[in-house]
Amino acid sequence: MNTLNDTSFLTSRLNEAIGWARKYSIFQYPFVTACCGMEYMATACSHYDIDRFGAGLPRFSPRQADVLFVVGTISHKIAPVLKRIHDQMADPKWVVAFGVCTCTGGFYDNYATVMGIDTIMPVDVYIPGCPPRPEMVLDGLMKLQDRIQAQHTTGNRPTRETRPDIFNA
Amino acid sequence: MNTSLLIESVRVRFPDAVSASHAYRGDATVVVVPKYVLEVARFLKEDPALQMNYLMDLTAVDYSTFGKRPAPAFFASSGVAVRPSPEIPDEDPWPGPPDQSRFALVYHFYSTTHKHRLRLVTPVDEADAQVDSVTSLWPGADWLEREVWDMFGVDFRGHPDLKRILMYEGFDGHPLRKDYPVNKRQPLIGPTN
Repeated sequence: MNTLNDTSFLTSRLNEAIGWARKYSIFQYPFVTACCGMEYMATACSHYDIDRFGAGLPRFSPRQADVLFVVGTISHKIAPVLKRIHDQMADPKWVVAFGVCTCTGGFYDNYATVMGIDTIMPVDVYIPGCPPRPEMVLDGLMKLQDRIQAQHTTGNRPTRETRPDIFNA
Repeated sequence: MNTSLLIESVRVRFPDAVSASHAYRGDATVVVVPKYVLEVARFLKEDPALQMNYLMDLTAVDYSTFGKRPAPAFFASSGVAVRPSPEIPDEDPWPGPPDQSRFALVYHFYSTTHKHRLRLVTPVDEADAQVDSVTSLWPGADWLEREVWDMFGVDFRGHPDLKRILMYEGFDGHPLRKDYPVNKRQPLIGPTN
């Protein structure tokens, strides 16, 4: 995508169009391991209507997914599996840490639990909470859309200098 | 069968095996010398008056730090009683942890026929952490014994496939032992902490 980060009028318009198209076709891969899964299901059902964000269709193959939703506690035993699924996803891809266990390990501080999935893979959006309320998930989803619009794929972080528009928005 | 009868029937059948017993609010417990565990268990299952056909749970306790530091009193300032009321009689109290042995294995048996239950406790030394497996009597003991092996490192003689069940291959040590360092991490990928 670096070739598109040009300043010319045509390419920047194309950039925006691609971002707009992508942010409304979020195909998620839900990696659900624990109780946060119930809250994810509540959010994904019709009451909260995540179809309006174009995120209504979860894909259960990493090859077809754009966003990896890591939902629930990640233990050291499952960590290589999660990493492998992340590796199998095609670029561009994004990662959402759903719930405080995936963000930091939460209240688990023991031999079994990974202290935040950002120790094993880059994360774009953190949604804390135990579990997060659906409103918070939707807020995180909109923040993710902003990032996708700005064409920042995982590992390619925007800074205040490179993207003043999204930081001042 | 009530608690005293349960304890008495085991005691009469195995006078050498039963080292102690107690009952509290309808829960009977017999403490059995480790080498008799399989025999006593077979008796409990096959005796027509007992018929303990259901092994509810099998777990272990590490007593190595028991009583050596004050318990974290979560309810101390809340007004919630942490000890049972003295008004409830406890005529047959808990005799305390095993004197010498570090671990205690705890078996919970239930009879779906007679609807009575019995707890069997056996002390296990750290140096000789080996007990006979009861998988030949209750196939459900398979995973329970694997869990005790995984978490506490107690070996079961005669188990068909004694390997880790919760932790992964290559994990070093037994995490529920009290001397397992609380901050020790053994991740498969990623940083150690």
